[in-house]
Amino acid sequence: MSQQKPQTVQTTGHVWDEDLQEYNNPLPSWWLIGFYVTVLMSLIYWMIYPAWPVGKHFTTGFSTVTYINDKGAEKSSHWNTRAQLMKDMNEAALAQKPYFDKVTATPFEQIAKDPELTSFINSAGKAIFSDNCAPCHQSGGQGKVGHFANLTDDDWLYGGTHEKIQESIAKGRHGYMPAFKEVLNKEQLDNLAHYVASLSGEKADAAKVKAGDALFHGDAAACYYCHDNSGKGRQAMGSANLTDKIWLWADVPGQDSDEKKIEAIRLVIANGLTRGVMPAWETRLNPEQIKLLSVYVHGLGGGTK
Amino acid sequence: MFNFKHEWIEKNVGLMLIATMIAISIGGLVEIAPLFFIKETVEKVDGVRPYTPLESRGRDIYVREGCYLCHSQMIRPFRDEALRYGHYSLAAESKYDHPFQWGSKRTGPDLARVGNKYSNDWHVQHLIDPKSMVPPSVMPRYPWLQTTALDYSDIAERLKALRQVGVPYSLTQGEYDRNVKDFGADVAATLHIPDAQKNLIAQAQSGNFDGDRSNVSEMDALVAYLQVLGTMVDFSKYDNDEFVKFR
Ligand code: HEC
Ligand code: HEC
Ligand code: HEC
Repeated sequence: MSQQKPQTVQTTGHVWDEDLQEYNNPLPSWWLIGFYVTVLMSLIYWMIYPAWPVGKHFTTGFSTVTYINDKGAEKSSHWNTRAQLMKDMNEAALAQKPYFDKVTATPFEQIAKDPELTSFINSAGKAIFSDNCAPCHQSGGQGKVGHFANLTDDDWLYGGTHEKIQESIAKGRHGYMPAFKEVLNKEQLDNLAHYVASLSGEKADAAKVKAGDALFHGDAAACYYCHDNSGKGRQAMGSANLTDKIWLWADVPGQDSDEKKIEAIRLVIANGLTRGVMPAWETRLNPEQIKLLSVYVHGLGGGTK
Repeated sequence: MFNFKHEWIEKNVGLMLIATMIAISIGGLVEIAPLFFIKETVEKVDGVRPYTPLESRGRDIYVREGCYLCHSQMIRPFRDEALRYGHYSLAAESKYDHPFQWGSKRTGPDLARVGNKYSNDWHVQHLIDPKSMVPPSVMPRYPWLQTTALDYSDIAERLKALRQVGVPYSLTQGEYDRNVKDFGADVAATLHIPDAQKNLIAQAQSGNFDGDRSNVSEMDALVAYLQVLGTMVDFSKYDNDEFVKFR
């Protein structure tokens, strides 16, 4: 430090370590003005918005928010974020109302014929599906073998009409199949697994298939009671169709040998199924959103008439 | 007379510390203290109850694993949050939380209303390996929760500590009767500290949260906790602007 500033400005007067001093420059005037303006603004804020506690209440400010509640009543409140949210929701609902009214009013079979409505449903449906359904059914609706139903194929546990899909979403579903490991012995389970495999054309031992057939339709195992004599399942109880190559619980396509395929089926029969829980959405989504989703899911590829 | 000098504070660390604390406390007191007196702070609403022993242990695990570092539990009254998560959080809903888990970081979604949104099976798979359920997820894996037995030997002590700070768990017959009056007999039974272990095991058995009835795992507790989040208040009983009047 060869060049030292001459001592023209004031210092704070503090001296440390013999010669360390601190300048006391005045604040720049633009800064000071800014500061006073913010102080002034705070006064205005106090008057407009809720601000100061007073006893058991607070000053509410003179700004108000007017909104309409779900009973249709027009209400007014001092400004606060909750009332403001009501107002924002009112405005958004108003903007979307023409579309949602149309979704509500149009019967399912007419919706597909209206291109504008269909494109609204596809974009709104995708957003609702991503937030709520995709974590289980995956982003395209393809599901997950061993956990969550595939919504893109035409194999439906509970039915693929618009109405049935709507019911699945609103009320939720819970597939139940009892465990058979205590009721049946190892050989019987094995025979049944071979029989079930044969239903969808998988390789199976002919003698075991015959024994399994008898069990399936007999009263000891009584599989036919839920899966129907045909093995095609009953949609009223969500019992799977065992005659097609589409599997939800037994990961048959994922196995690389015939024995492992049979084993996957055997495990399902032995342990039963209770994990198939589809939450009910009627408490979380409103009826228009559910109807919209039914159309969206129906349109993922597998919807039936 | 009295001649105040900056130098006193600046050259005395102890004094500086005390003065700083006083300055900060004033700021804190002015902002926080009035909330204890303003009568609208905690909304009047039915259904909010303390956690059952199992849920409470689940909450301990939530805190232990640092879930709050990525997840908030505070739905703000904004339109985008209402659309994605549901009704905004009420102060009343976390009145028995010590400490509350509002959080301020959202790497993952808000969890204030995640209860009943997914199945137990989904939570278990998701906690063991999030990517298996949500392929692009950056949430870490927590596979040990499923294989670690839950330590509930000290559950009574934990509930007693919460009782000390004002959560209405009951120790005496009188407190139990008060809970029956406030929460109904079913809930009151789960809040009775002498039965805590019995209740914890019973809930894990009947709920079967982790899909394995043979033991009580940490997964049982955490999933039981996640499944109750945001489900205590039945909002269908109230007009959608009911809680505006508390602000
Ligand atoms: C917690 C995971 C989970 C979530 C989230 C979920 N589902 Fe499901 N869903 C399932 C399971 C599991 C099944 C199969 C139920 C069974 O096995 O009995 C299912 C079944 C269905 C079915 C019936 C399929 C059939 O074959 O009949 C439809 C339709 C459906 N879900 C739509 C949806 C929609 C739309 C959403 C979003 C609003 C959604 N699901 C969210 C798990 C979930
Ligand atoms: C009480 C009714 C009931 C009975 C009895 C029953 N099932 Fe099931 N089964 C179901 C239901 C419901 C499902 C689908 C569960 C789900 O999706 O959550 C199912 C699913 C299956 C599956 C899995 C299909 C897949 O896609 O992965 C197999 C295999 C099966 N059953 C075989 C049998 C056999 C063999 C028997 C006789 C031993 C039997 N079931 C008896 C109701 C029943
Ligand atoms: C590194 C940040 C991080 C941590 C730590 C973390 N998560 Fe997550 N979490 C995420 C992200 C990102 C998502 C969204 C993607 C997904 O669903 O996996 C998520 C999603 C979730 C969801 C689904 C929420 C919904 O509505 O879809 C739950 C439940 C959850 N986490 C619970 C937990 C629990 C319990 C813990 C502690 C054991 C935890 N998370 C720790 C980042 C994190």
